[in-house]
Amino acid sequence: MSVDPRNLRASSSFPPEVIAEIQRAADQGVYDIRGLGAKRRVPGFDDLILLGASVSRYPLEGYRERCDTNVVLGARHAKKPIELKIPITIAGMSFGSLGANAKEALGLAASAMGTSTTTGDGGMTPEERQSSKTLVYQLLPSRYGMNPDDLRKADAVEVVVGQGAKPGGGGMLLGHKITERVAEMRDLPVGIDQRSACRHPDWTGPDDMEIKIREIREITDWQVPVYVKVGATRTHYDVTLAVKAGADVVVVDGMQGGTAATQDVFIEHVGIPTLPAVRLAVEALQEMDMHRKVQLIVSGGIRSGADVAKALALGADAVAIGSAAMMALGCNKPVYLEDYHKLGTEPGFCHHCHTGRCPVGVSTQDADLEVRLDPASGARHLKNYLTSMVLELQTLARACGKTHVLNLEPEDMAAMTIEAAAMAKVPLAGTDWIPGAKGW
Amino acid sequence: MIEFDLAADGLRALNRQLQGLGEQSNETEWRVLHPSGEHALAVGLTRPLKVVVEGHAGFYCGGMNSQAEIEIRGHAGPGVAENMMSGIVRVTGNASQSAGASGHGGVLVIEGDASSRCGISMKGIDIVVGGSVGHMSAFMAQAGNLVVCGDAGANLGDSIYEARLFVRGKVESLGADCIEKEMREEHLAALTELLQRAGMDADPGQFRRYGSARKLYNFNVDHADAY
Amino acid sequence: MCGIVGLFAKQAAVEDRLGDYISSMLIEMSDRGPDSAGVAVYRDPVPSGSAKVVLQHPDHGYDWQGLAEGITARLAPATVERRGNHAIARTEASFEDLRAWLREIHPEVSVVSSGDTIEIFKEVGPPADVVSAFALRELKGTHALGHTRMATESAVTTKGSHPFSTGFDLCLVHNGSLSNHNRLRAELRRHGVEIQTENDTEVAAGYLTWRLSQGDSLEEALTEGIRDLDGFYTFAVGTRDGFAVLRDPIACKHAVMAETDDWVAMATEFRAIAVLPGADEARIWEPAPAQIYSWTRSGQ
Repeated sequence: MSVDPRNLRASSSFPPEVIAEIQRAADQGVYDIRGLGAKRRVPGFDDLILLGASVSRYPLEGYRERCDTNVVLGARHAKKPIELKIPITIAGMSFGSLGANAKEALGLAASAMGTSTTTGDGGMTPEERQSSKTLVYQLLPSRYGMNPDDLRKADAVEVVVGQGAKPGGGGMLLGHKITERVAEMRDLPVGIDQRSACRHPDWTGPDDMEIKIREIREITDWQVPVYVKVGATRTHYDVTLAVKAGADVVVVDGMQGGTAATQDVFIEHVGIPTLPAVRLAVEALQEMDMHRKVQLIVSGGIRSGADVAKALALGADAVAIGSAAMMALGCNKPVYLEDYHKLGTEPGFCHHCHTGRCPVGVSTQDADLEVRLDPASGARHLKNYLTSMVLELQTLARACGKTHVLNLEPEDMAAMTIEAAAMAKVPLAGTDWIPGAKGW
Repeated sequence: MIEFDLAADGLRALNRQLQGLGEQSNETEWRVLHPSGEHALAVGLTRPLKVVVEGHAGFYCGGMNSQAEIEIRGHAGPGVAENMMSGIVRVTGNASQSAGASGHGGVLVIEGDASSRCGISMKGIDIVVGGSVGHMSAFMAQAGNLVVCGDAGANLGDSIYEARLFVRGKVESLGADCIEKEMREEHLAALTELLQRAGMDADPGQFRRYGSARKLYNFNVDHADAY
Repeated sequence: MCGIVGLFAKQAAVEDRLGDYISSMLIEMSDRGPDSAGVAVYRDPVPSGSAKVVLQHPDHGYDWQGLAEGITARLAPATVERRGNHAIARTEASFEDLRAWLREIHPEVSVVSSGDTIEIFKEVGPPADVVSAFALRELKGTHALGHTRMATESAVTTKGSHPFSTGFDLCLVHNGSLSNHNRLRAELRRHGVEIQTENDTEVAAGYLTWRLSQGDSLEEALTEGIRDLDGFYTFAVGTRDGFAVLRDPIACKHAVMAETDDWVAMATEFRAIAVLPGADEARIWEPAPAQIYSWTRSGQ
């Protein structure tokens, strides 16, 4: 006897995925941990469009009519600011969460494109320092692998208060990824689950962060820029305080930002989307007359040159990519299908970085899997992806009549939804309505 | 012996000079006058210099020290010798919070009391305290030794990994996964050596040892309330 | 996020130089708090039955004399002494009458503090400027609290500066960041406590005022505060007769205390204490978490 499908009523509150999750928790007695970023739909750059040239505005021709993409970061205090050829950087991802081949590939591609990579919660590896011409060194609550030699080898230092996937949370690396090499770098026993601090050990609060930043400058002879990175929550206050504490660059990571391992509830339910975060950050900078004097890098779900264009139009100086860079290297590529199946997933749906069994060898410490990612080949792919994004960015910027991508402005856009209009303070297309802007 | 007047010549000049000394330099002994609680004194040193701070230091004195011997003749603010790699930092007075935070190596000696979070996140540093330490000391302590001749405040060694703790006086309470452990010959020998290196006159036999129960190393739902 | 300082005199010689000492302590904390600064000085008690209020108006040319004449004509004799853009008004009128009259006739004027002895002076600007604007160094008194501010979640305004006073001779300075102050603010307003800003510290001050009005001693109020106030804090509370210091149970925000035969001092950083005479020989300690430390003039 077959079931009449008309009688099958799904519940919005308790759809099959939620029921499965409840039963998993009932089995395991612990929260679900996974990789990547927020998967549910949130208002984002897809809800904004750019206003190309028309009768009142004139576009630029491709090729001969320049559209420049260079940006300088950190001139506020540093003797050696960072000059990037493109406004797209590679976000912090740890050696430990990623394998050595992946880190090397990121470095090679970034160097070829004239941009930077960033270390993560495990410290700096020689491979990454060698392969990446411009390397930003993170100072995290855990301080794994932190040392003054690497600090001095870095081209910038990034004080990490938090990240978009888990603002208020610390790093996480599960036992099967704590190999001998990772364990040695982090001063941990092999094979245990890493518990991480969520606050810095020697400072709490912006008043103390200012003193910490000064210490870092004293150790690095005031040569290099100091960034402050926050996950997007109370972004207006955070950016204001970061500037007051002495940051040269502020990095704001929206809730779509990825991770290699964090509780699912943290990823999905903490933090605001990148879209309002950019606007809040820029407003804070403008109020202090620091826009373009302290640079803003935004990250969290940047996927294409269109996203980059819109982030810059809202006032960012550059963006950072994490998940997208991994995908360019092969994350979720439809190959090695049996290995995806062994994890209980399919290409396009995989978020199993935390298992260390990455089918494409990106987010793993396992030698047999890592060999699937050849650094040179990975680098070529990432370089191509970055090149493509930059071409997209320039195409859109030229269409808006810009000779430099940083000349994009909010008035070059319109919003497709009321939420995006309110969050980005960009009028709803066809109207001049920004919800809340003029008291209505 | 070179005397440096911090009030006259400033922090930048001090650190730049100390950090810039070449291998052949014979300017290896320094006295810093009028420190007045300034922050980041003698940070990031890389050579086996001797630096005496004549007075009170602010935050992060001796931060990320390598090889140098730094003595603070007064009190030290938060984060003294934070992330130290090697060398010796000695405080004749008290140290504030987070003394020796995330230190990788070397020895930190505090002759007076250390405040809360002494040895937080320590990764191989040895810390010897003549007085007492405050709450949350050795929090997430991964490696190294913390020796306390006085008492320890609440939640000692909370979430500890493999660091070893030796306390002579009272421990107000132990943190998650931290337990008292048996003091064996090798521990007594290590403790003796640490006390000697610190110049502390204390009988190793009066100390008790504390360390990780290792129950939080791999998640087990039955230990969930320790988190 | 800020720096706090406190000084309690045990000898007349220290009382004579209280303003000078607290000013030096305050200026040592300038780096931590560049946005605004303030002090509460306990001095010059008014006779029983009188009220002393410190009033503020942004305009330095405000007609305080006219205001004093108004009080005299309408309520009871009053004098006014200008200090910076604040004014100390002393009157035989009751505080309630004075308050009501001010609301009706001079709503443009703010009440900064009220009581028998307390005088609070606070303003936007770096500590050194605030010290000279109010000529703080010349003040004598029995005890004082000071604060330098780096604003976190509320605006940089005079009203948003510390010390906060929500009760007679009561003031509070705070270093840290509370996490449940919004709901508490609404609740305190329902209990009739007047809270003027969005500042978390003012909520803590209002909470203490409310508990004291319910008959709690300061110690009892602070003990309940440990339970009811969530977040990170080092509090220094000033009362008519002394002061108290309390850190939250996690105690991340710094606090150093020092005591000699001549004074008791507290500060966020030791270097603010180092400026005091005899600091090098003082007994120095850091307050334990969730423990109330207090000093009063009667029971030293």
